[in-house]
Amino acid sequence: MKPIIYVPRDSGALSVGAESVEQAIAAEALVRGIEIELIRNGSRGMYWLEPLVEVALTPGGERTAYGPVRRNDVASLFDAGFHTGAATAREHKRALGPTEQIPYLAKQQRLTFARVGVVDPISIVDYEAHGGWRGLTAALSLDPMAIVEHVTTSGLRGRGGAAFPTGIMWKTVAGAHGPQKYIVANADEGDSGTFSDRMVMEGDPFMLIEGMTIAGLAVGATRGYIYLRSEYPHAHTVLNQAIAAATVKGYLGHNILGSGRDFDLEVRLGAGAYICGEETALLESLEGKRGMVRPKPPLPALEGLFGCPTVVNNVITLASVPFILAEGGAAYRDHGEGRSRGTLPLQLAGNIKQGGLVERAFGITLRELLYDFGGGSLSGRPIRAVQVGGPLGAYLPESQFDTPIDYEAFIKIDAMLGHGGIVVFDDTVDMAQMARYAMEFCAIESCGKCTPCRIGSTRGVEVVDKIVAGTEREANTALLRDLCDTMVGGSLCALGGMTPYPVLSALNHFPEDFTKS
Amino acid sequence: MPVRSEPVTDAVETALARHKERPGALLPILHDVQHTLGYVPDDAIPPIALALNLSRAEVHGVVSFYHDFRHAAPGKVVIKVCRAESCQAVGGDTVIAHLKRTLGIEFGQTTADGQFTLEPVYCLGNCALSPALVIGSEIHGRATPDRVDELLRAARSGA
Ligand SMILES: Cc1cc2nc3c(=O)[nH]c(=O)nc-3n(C[C@H](O)[C@H](O)[C@H](O)COP(=O)(O)O)c2cc1C
Ligand code: SF4
Repeated sequence: MKPIIYVPRDSGALSVGAESVEQAIAAEALVRGIEIELIRNGSRGMYWLEPLVEVALTPGGERTAYGPVRRNDVASLFDAGFHTGAATAREHKRALGPTEQIPYLAKQQRLTFARVGVVDPISIVDYEAHGGWRGLTAALSLDPMAIVEHVTTSGLRGRGGAAFPTGIMWKTVAGAHGPQKYIVANADEGDSGTFSDRMVMEGDPFMLIEGMTIAGLAVGATRGYIYLRSEYPHAHTVLNQAIAAATVKGYLGHNILGSGRDFDLEVRLGAGAYICGEETALLESLEGKRGMVRPKPPLPALEGLFGCPTVVNNVITLASVPFILAEGGAAYRDHGEGRSRGTLPLQLAGNIKQGGLVERAFGITLRELLYDFGGGSLSGRPIRAVQVGGPLGAYLPESQFDTPIDYEAFIKIDAMLGHGGIVVFDDTVDMAQMARYAMEFCAIESCGKCTPCRIGSTRGVEVVDKIVAGTEREANTALLRDLCDTMVGGSLCALGGMTPYPVLSALNHFPEDFTKS
Repeated sequence: MPVRSEPVTDAVETALARHKERPGALLPILHDVQHTLGYVPDDAIPPIALALNLSRAEVHGVVSFYHDFRHAAPGKVVIKVCRAESCQAVGGDTVIAHLKRTLGIEFGQTTADGQFTLEPVYCLGNCALSPALVIGSEIHGRATPDRVDELLRAARSGA
């Protein structure tokens, strides 16, 4: 039987040479006259081991991992017999043993990411074989309110940042009237330190399609859009392939699986504007306009895309839905704690030794993530600060590393979980410069509607510079705090309203960085 | 007004034919035009406005709102380097400084030989392998000044 060799096509893996490794494996096999089957999977999310090559001796058999594999490792891997499961292969310097037993993976609770990195992303047969479409099949046998009920029971809250209960949003849209309703997947994933949406779209796109279709059945929407950031060209290709395959097989389009229900899906590209991740700016952008934030009300749930009732959900929110429908809302709710139910795909990024994706039930602490999973900093120096929740998230010092991953616990320390990105900095970081950058980013990405956001952020950059330079330091520090107050109070959306979080947390937790000179 | 050059007319007409009837057609049209020409020339705006029943000012407003759309032709190879927090945490600023020095240009500029254009990007979603950059259509992680030199050499020789 031909051994099956997996080489990820995930863009993270590609960024460290997966393509050339795949070519080398194919060429080496040819030269040696060895028959192999090559599959381009998604990433397992252990990025420090990418390109992570896996071998299965039989279809569905145990997979053995090697990584990080370089092009010039390939000949020696064949010499060692990695394609035959030879004992000598276990001694190879890249050998990692059975993939599922790598502690980083073994310690996770992968509900949403169960298939990512495992399956061939664009094989509908593989998807089915690994439990795909079970949620959709269940949903087709339920009436719409019962679908919404499962989502409500699950306790799922929006994974895009605002953590709004998904069941409530769906119920609102289900009860709204309009000539057309829409499901919009927010795939703008603009936060630095986040890549879980990308991994799902590149590694298990049918899961997003299934989640959106279920949402359509629940609220009575027959059209869906995936608003994808233009920085993700690989995800774009995979999504289009998956949509085409699902349509051919009757999982999408007219009369889904003979149910008499329709759902059409299309990918639309953003154009490099962070603010278009905000749901109302996103809708403006989908309508072909500038991404200007709309005042609420009206809620997008009632008057969203082209004025029609619209569900806007993050990719991970929607990708969580197939599990919930397949296993029941209670099975999801049984993970987690307090009002944070289920699992959160966390992303370890920045200066971290073992960066990647960690899906765990809520309740795990930041410290466990940073050290047990992350293995400490990449540089080997002490971790001084972490920014959780993207560019609008607070900087946390070591004294707060015991905070559990829990929406309410983070609010209590003036922080937020956001989309679950954790960016790590070692002790060489200059926190005054990070505060300055937060203001600069706000100035660059502001949609321009509110003066405190548009102008205040530019002032903020200047004021931080003055503080650092030692110009009337006390007065300017007071001014910076005032400016932050004005931004919090006078901004229509969280870009202006939450930029003060990274700024003030830097100032409060790391004041010494502002007075170095 | 200058007569529209043929490539511009062709690019616009093709994009309009593909997308004009779709709801919210403007962004897909602009993406297509930029994909073909490398930028969105000023003289592409009037025919697009006309076809979508918008004012020129509206179309211009959209083009200038989004960071992606260029107003001038870029060099042969566009380099997009990440400025965001995760990359800053592992030496992204050093990589950016090195690129600017080596190429002798700032963000938004093109080298005198027309080879490279340098642009900032705010996150490529490769944050577990920061610092990240894109050269042409290829993404690279764990960038260092040395690695950047290798990649630039390869890009110059068209490899
Ligand atoms: C400035 C700004 C940027 C945002 N960017 C994103 C984003 O990239 N992806 C996302 O899913 N949500 C983003 N959001 C949150 C959305 O506005 C909205 O809450 C979300 O799409 C709702 O889906 P959810 O309930 O599934 O999270 C952003 C919000 C703001 C204020
Ligand atoms: S806070 Fe900023 S980004 Fe948000 S609506 Fe106001 S100006 Fe636009």
